[in-house]
Amino acid sequence: MKKVLALILALAMSLAVCSAFAEDTVTLRIAHIGPTTGAAALYGLATQHGAEVAAAEINAEGGKYRVELICEDDEHNVEKAINAYNAALDANAQMILGNTTSKPCEAAGAQGYMDRVFFLTPSASSTAVTEDKDNVYQICFSDPNQGAASAEYIASHNLGTRIAIIYNNADVYSTGIRDTFVEKAQEKGLTIVTESTFTDETTDFTVQVGEAKDAGAEIVFLPIYYTPASMILKTASDKGFSPIFFGVDGMDGILDVEGFDTSLAEGVMLLTPFVASSEDENVVKFVNSYKEAYNEIPIQFAADAYDGIYILVKAAEKAGITSEMAYDEVCDLMIAAIQEIEVDGLTGHMTWDSTGAVTKTPMAATIVDGKYVFED
Amino acid sequence: MIFLDNLINGLSLGSIYAIIALGYTMVYGIAKMLNFAHGDVIMVGGYMAFCGLQYWGVPTVLSLVIAMAVCTVLGVTIEGLAYRPLRQAPGLAVLITAIGMSYLLQNLALMIWGANPKSFPTTFINGSSIRLGSLNISSATVYTILANVIIMVLLTLFTSRTRMGKAMRCVSQDRGAAQLMGINVNRTITVTFAIGSALAAIAGVLLCSSYPILQPTTGSMPGIKAFTAAVFGGIGSIPGAMLGGVLLGVIEIFGKAYISTELGDAIVFAVLIVVLLVRPTGLLGKAVREKV
Repeated sequence: MKKVLALILALAMSLAVCSAFAEDTVTLRIAHIGPTTGAAALYGLATQHGAEVAAAEINAEGGKYRVELICEDDEHNVEKAINAYNAALDANAQMILGNTTSKPCEAAGAQGYMDRVFFLTPSASSTAVTEDKDNVYQICFSDPNQGAASAEYIASHNLGTRIAIIYNNADVYSTGIRDTFVEKAQEKGLTIVTESTFTDETTDFTVQVGEAKDAGAEIVFLPIYYTPASMILKTASDKGFSPIFFGVDGMDGILDVEGFDTSLAEGVMLLTPFVASSEDENVVKFVNSYKEAYNEIPIQFAADAYDGIYILVKAAEKAGITSEMAYDEVCDLMIAAIQEIEVDGLTGHMTWDSTGAVTKTPMAATIVDGKYVFED
Repeated sequence: MIFLDNLINGLSLGSIYAIIALGYTMVYGIAKMLNFAHGDVIMVGGYMAFCGLQYWGVPTVLSLVIAMAVCTVLGVTIEGLAYRPLRQAPGLAVLITAIGMSYLLQNLALMIWGANPKSFPTTFINGSSIRLGSLNISSATVYTILANVIIMVLLTLFTSRTRMGKAMRCVSQDRGAAQLMGINVNRTITVTFAIGSALAAIAGVLLCSSYPILQPTTGSMPGIKAFTAAVFGGIGSIPGAMLGGVLLGVIEIFGKAYISTELGDAIVFAVLIVVLLVRPTGLLGKAVREKV
């Protein structure tokens, strides 16, 4: 009886394989790993949903490549990230879209470096994610690169040349961005008129804002999170000081602080690759399908992951990946392929070099009437 | 001009420290204990005023009154539940209880209001800023300094003229003798906590009006600085708390402006150490001779 059953099963399987070949389609098994539960679930769910929207689109189109998503939860925890990574490989994943957050991505990416698994992370932005590994690629800017990108944006859009910087020198995120900003600003002929610092405990920003005002800054660059930024905006408004405030992704969220007087943030600019209210045709399409499926407005993370699926498919096509290849075979082919492709995604025009960092045009949004709006 | 600007910022920050320091110094002077939960009562005051304005839509003055009422009840409750049973216990036990109470309040706030920071409505203190040449003084600054002066005057009158104020001074001088003279020590201490906590609510609202981010830890750093101010001015002395608070605020701002923005806090605490080395009782503290 057992033998018969086995025979039938084997027959069925070979038929399935045959039929797959008959249609000449390749199914890519992509694992999404991110925190879909726990404190960072907001981000993990966004990337997972973004990836699901892209996979559904690709499968509905019916091209040569199909996407089978394998979703694993890392709970934004380093140990769980390794478990989720192992579970993904057990489920025969060929490549990984993840991890969503930096620390888990550093851990799983290092394991993947040894096992030869290709990683494309939508949103893990620390430099350690790609450092000393050839298998991990980023879709978002790395943290310090946001500084260089900001300086480039300010220079290319002629926003002003006299810049003050207020940053948190107790925080690597802030100092890292500040360093690359200063370097790029000098290269671009921008003048840093004053720099002042604060620490995590600071609540009084009168001195820092006073210095910037006194130095006659046209732009105040704020490579910091939104909590201190909101106090700086308030202090500046009290002092009747209204330069252009320019922030990075840490500024994202300022409009969602409960009770925040959004008129204080009027005209604030921030470096962000994606604005859901944009009128770009592709963005509108994505936002609509996302809203339909999850009844939510997608955040930047969702757009990054949506692009991620398209990038993986394009690179797989270039590399000639087939359904039966194992992850270690896929890895080296993908590494070579991703450096050759160019992708126009929701978050910009992207290329990659062997460091794993992305090169794309920086985009900045301006806050107008309490909403993000793209310039141009 | 920058000097004047910094001076005004310093006075404003110092006035907030002074009002908080009053709570520390009164409780210390009368109950002989350090109420480390005072900073967190400030945070509760801030949240109550926030709720009043943001959720319940009550007018500004009413939300201040609500905050003061809640903080008064909270202060008296803390005193009755946590400190009164320890009246005869060693000082260290009370101190640890106060620190525990501080964490309890912070974590309760975390449960009730969540960890996400809230922005205190900037409309709380209405009115446009005053412009003098290139100098811009915000209305919050003006109100803070005014509130500080008014509270100082009222408290001095209260302790020198009223029956309860005199009772407080008696308890402060000698608790046993005061009790023998027919003063209800427990009631006096309760009233002290009530006044201190109501002041904490005012300080919370002023603090959040100037620095509008509210989170469960909002009160802790200003609380510690104000405690420093109270020790600086001479703990137990009401004018000392005022002087200490204002001086500390000015020193902090000048330290940041002319020495280093990073070292602002370090300078504040370094000054405390120096003052305590030179004058162990603080600027206006009285040295009490121990009879051996």
